Amino acid sequence: MNNSPVLTYVIFLPLFGALLLLFVRRDKITLIKSLGLLFSLVTFVVSVYLFVKFDSTNSAMQFWYSKPWIQSLNVNYTVGIDGLSLLLVMLTTFLTPVAMLSAWNSIQQRVREFTFMMLLLETGMLGVFCSLDLILFYVFWEGMLIPMYFIIGIWGGKNKVYAAMKFFLYTMFGSLLMLVGIIWLGYYASTIPAPGRFTTDLIQLYSIGTQIPVAIQTWMFLAFTLSFAIKVPLFPFHTWLPDAHVEAPTAGSVILAGVLLKMGTYGLIRFCLPLFPQASFAFMPYLSILALIGIIYGALVSMVQTDIKKLVAYSSVSHLGFVVLGIFALTVESVQGSIIQMVNHGLSTGALFLIVGMIYDRRHTREISEFGGLAKVMPILSTFFMIVSLSSIGLPGLNGFVGEFLILLGSFTSKFLSEWFAIIGATGVIFAAIYLLWMYQRVVFGKVDNPANRNLSDLSIREIAVLVPVIVLIFWIGVYPGTFLAKTEASARQAVLRTAGQYQLRNLAVTKPGGGPQAIQPGEGNTGHKE
Amino acid sequence: MFSLLPILCLAGLGLVLLIVDSLQRRNDHAGYWVTIFGLAACILASFLTLDSHSEVSGNMIIIGGYSHFFGLLFLISALLTVVLSKEYLQRAQRPVGGFCLLVIFATIGMMLIASAGNLIMVFLGIELMSISLYVLAGFFRDRVKSNESSLKYFLLGAFATGFLLYGIALIYGASGTTSIALILEKCPALSASKIFWSGIALLFVGLAFKVAAVPFHMWVPDVYEGAPTPVSGFMSTGAKAAAFSAIVMIFARPFVQGDSIKLVISITAAASMILGNIVAVSQTNIKRMLAYSSIAHAGYMLAGVAAANQLGRTGVLFYLIVYTFMNVGAFGVISLLESEEERFLSFGDYSGLAKTRPFLAALMAVFMFSLSGIPPFAGFLGKYYVFAAAVNAHLTWLAIIGVLTSVVGVYYYLRLVVVMYFDDREPIATNPSSIVSVAALGCAAVVVIYLGIFPSWVIAFIDRLF
Repeated sequence: MNNSPVLTYVIFLPLFGALLLLFVRRDKITLIKSLGLLFSLVTFVVSVYLFVKFDSTNSAMQFWYSKPWIQSLNVNYTVGIDGLSLLLVMLTTFLTPVAMLSAWNSIQQRVREFTFMMLLLETGMLGVFCSLDLILFYVFWEGMLIPMYFIIGIWGGKNKVYAAMKFFLYTMFGSLLMLVGIIWLGYYASTIPAPGRFTTDLIQLYSIGTQIPVAIQTWMFLAFTLSFAIKVPLFPFHTWLPDAHVEAPTAGSVILAGVLLKMGTYGLIRFCLPLFPQASFAFMPYLSILALIGIIYGALVSMVQTDIKKLVAYSSVSHLGFVVLGIFALTVESVQGSIIQMVNHGLSTGALFLIVGMIYDRRHTREISEFGGLAKVMPILSTFFMIVSLSSIGLPGLNGFVGEFLILLGSFTSKFLSEWFAIIGATGVIFAAIYLLWMYQRVVFGKVDNPANRNLSDLSIREIAVLVPVIVLIFWIGVYPGTFLAKTEASARQAVLRTAGQYQLRNLAVTKPGGGPQAIQPGEGNTGHKE
Repeated sequence: MFSLLPILCLAGLGLVLLIVDSLQRRNDHAGYWVTIFGLAACILASFLTLDSHSEVSGNMIIIGGYSHFFGLLFLISALLTVVLSKEYLQRAQRPVGGFCLLVIFATIGMMLIASAGNLIMVFLGIELMSISLYVLAGFFRDRVKSNESSLKYFLLGAFATGFLLYGIALIYGASGTTSIALILEKCPALSASKIFWSGIALLFVGLAFKVAAVPFHMWVPDVYEGAPTPVSGFMSTGAKAAAFSAIVMIFARPFVQGDSIKLVISITAAASMILGNIVAVSQTNIKRMLAYSSIAHAGYMLAGVAAANQLGRTGVLFYLIVYTFMNVGAFGVISLLESEEERFLSFGDYSGLAKTRPFLAALMAVFMFSLSGIPPFAGFLGKYYVFAAAVNAHLTWLAIIGVLTSVVGVYYYLRLVVVMYFDDREPIATNPSSIVSVAALGCAAVVVIYLGIFPSWVIAFIDRLF
């Protein structure tokens, strides 16, 4: 499957559609919307081809494709996917048409610009998940901020300017330090014999990880991790998230929660762990503690929210904490669980935002106290709402359970973390049940107290069409996760081996008398970050 | 002589324009079009002579890839400036012909600097360029601000020239020559000579003034604010590039940079990045904001000079191309919109521009994103290059300061995008602008995007120059 440009088509199809839109007159709104939907659907169809053709027994990069880009810096356009990225690519191509369709009526102004930005965003996100060159990755990683910035800033709520700016600056701050890290890594590759020249090729860099002195690894790890932790967002870097989510239009929130946040966790597992194994081990407990704090803190803050959208936004902090915990537990199960949980969170939180958006379109408020008894006036919406909430809580039979179970199982059996991490983490599931069900109860059950709610119309065909595909996947993953887990297993195993294996090899080499460089104990790196 | 064609063409154009302008006092269009076609012919001549080399009058002028590269850059900057200034000047009822003439003479000066083989030639070029720019800065002689700008630039510029000349004199005293090649050759032998290093330092001061690096930046905000907007664009790109051509020629070499000179350049770079970006945040006038941003960009480029390696030299040159297009573009958008009552000089005036002038707003957004160094625009690659050079030269701290100040930069560049796109206030009326100038801006934006995505051949070309 190598050297086939099909992945490139998937990445750039939306961009092509976006450019095509520039030649459509801006007042032909239906045509513009249909074109946007068409291009995102075609992209999805092509990505289904990827999914079907993907060889799940192979842990190497597939659909690999490379062309020289900037020769003098040895930067190549290299793309490829493995089990870690395949599902995230699918998630992106799946959620974009869903989000576009959800915005069909709610975006009334500057429709052409909106569709343009959404398609641009899709290309950016796909590029992030497919890039195998650090500079190429960085270009997509940063470039994708621009469309998101416009989506929040133009079509957002009251505080949109503040939210858009905060989102941009936070992310930019983290990523620029990562840029120095990338340059340093490329430079370091030129000083050691193995690559012997400046390179940012990820596969080549994987092999030099353990050769980097631990003190420098620590700095580089911190630079990369800060960037990803802001994106995830890991506590205490999460403060941009509620602002951005609450102000973004529904379609923006869906993409933001559904895909953008996963770029952070994807970055951790794709770059941080394998590139800097010793530093990762040194920081493993600290990051896992931050993940735990995120799980509990996010859940507690969700509980006291009065705005439904804010509640869902904070629940993301909690759910993403699970994903980070799974990654740093570094067992095959937990990493697989993290990947599947990224998809799950994309589906269930995406769907929650869609439903909140549908309610908001009708009432123009998201205050929980404004509602009550929606089950009577909007039975279809209430049913969907129930399914999605339960999926988010992690009810067995629905998708959330699979991911959380694997993560907790993996972190319980992890050689690197104490079982207390899994035990404390599990309380997050209970909290999730509390805040989601309590919110659901206040919004949907009870009497219709507020006269404004009495004549609300139930979901339209279009809105049902938006939600049904998501619900189908929620059940599919919940009942038969094998379809998706099978694709990730080989790559998850490889990722764990690459990190843990390299680390242990290095440690073994060190214990031999006179062999290898100076001894590195797991604890030694701990002091590194205090310099 | 063939290789001198572009400079000769330009000088000829200047003379022709003098005659055309004096014959046609009342109709400015003739001078304008003569300039446009003349500059286009010069650019064509540059392309034709791109591979030629020659040395003129005893190594005074050395024509080669390096001078052709910069020559093209200056010519393009001049052409864009002239195209974008016509309506601006007509609105203010100032003669277009005389303006074009001064731009051409300044450009000749710049080309002399880039092709200089001798410090005397560098000095001559700088003087020719600066004197033309002094006049251009005060071109609106009935406006107080324009006069202030001109006078400030002149007084401080004359002072800086003094430094430059004194530096050249000291270097001559120590080395017995003003030929750049010979000086570079004798450098290792002179490394103990205090007079020589004082001369080098004074030379750097003189050039740092021209590129607007901290602490020689005090003139920049006032001059850029008061000068006619297209002139500010020209000063911040052409004049800066010209001074950088001399700096790269002399200073971006490891054997000229003792550790102390390297440190001086690094500190200058760091100070420019920090001061430029931080002070720009608090500006309310867009031209002043761009002036401070210009100081910051001088800092980024000096980081490449401080690195003094192949990556650094290539990076600075690539950065200069990109910077020329994006900054002339940004000043160009302002000059198309700016009207007599100083409209469109403060951020608030741009509110809702995306609705009234969507194309101009989109162009401005492209320039702003590129200036703040966000991929896939070319500004990112420029920054990437100089930071990579700095890391390679063990100046990682400089790269870190660079990226941190870039974050600050994002804030003030995007403020403009915010008011143009996110502000829901009623937009204010704008002047109509001609298709030619909008097309010129469009071309600049296309180059900024194109170089961000396909930079390879330009970089390969630059790499061959050293």
